[in-house]
Amino acid sequence: MSSFVEIIHISTLVMMIIASFLAVVFRKLLPSIIALSVASLLLSLEFYLLHAPDVAIAEAAIGAGLTMAIFIFAIRGTR
Amino acid sequence: MKEMSRIVKTVTNFVYGFIIIFGLYIIAHGHLTPGGGFQGGAVAGSAFALLLVSYGSLNSNKFLKKDIFSLFENFGLVLFIVLGFSGLGITFFYNFLANSGSWFGNAAFIGINPGDMNTGGVIPLMNIAVGLEVLSAFGVIVLTMASGAEFTKKKEKS
Repeated sequence: MSSFVEIIHISTLVMMIIASFLAVVFRKLLPSIIALSVASLLLSLEFYLLHAPDVAIAEAAIGAGLTMAIFIFAIRGTR
Repeated sequence: MKEMSRIVKTVTNFVYGFIIIFGLYIIAHGHLTPGGGFQGGAVAGSAFALLLVSYGSLNSNKFLKKDIFSLFENFGLVLFIVLGFSGLGITFFYNFLANSGSWFGNAAFIGINPGDMNTGGVIPLMNIAVGLEVLSAFGVIVLTMASGAEFTKKKEKS
């Protein structure tokens, strides 16, 4: 049972690193923001797996919702 | 800022009410389940961000007003500090409603139980105050960011 939980932890962290790497690599700006939001959502899942549902709700609402909206406004302002 | 495509607008029309209701649920159950005023307010505020992103700032100025958000924010802060000063007969922020039998005044059960909404004293009221404040503050932040982006675009074009 504990090895199953460890597999989920490790795969979540690996997917987070991949999403953060894609956020740097992408040339267009909107896919880069979406990759950053996916990384934040996976961080929220990791908080939930570490038994901190309070922090998970706050991270999912702020990191994946409001930060993405503000970055989209910034992109819309540039062009 | 112009609006997004028809698909995004239709999905927004379906979803944003449920997001606001879920945020209000997290606020109202703040003393029993994970979450509280800040988390529920952030969830409900992300619904306003979704509405503003999908409809564009020019169209959504009709139904999202910055003055109304600012009024609700001040109301939440005033409610919080009034609840803090109400217990001043004993100490500041004293929980004067707990175990009193009136509003939210039932005694909490000891041990594993399904939970009673009518407990907690002054804490649910403070959760509602903080939730109202955070919800309106996020609305003000998103509206200010959108109008700032619009202003920058207009200044660079001229």
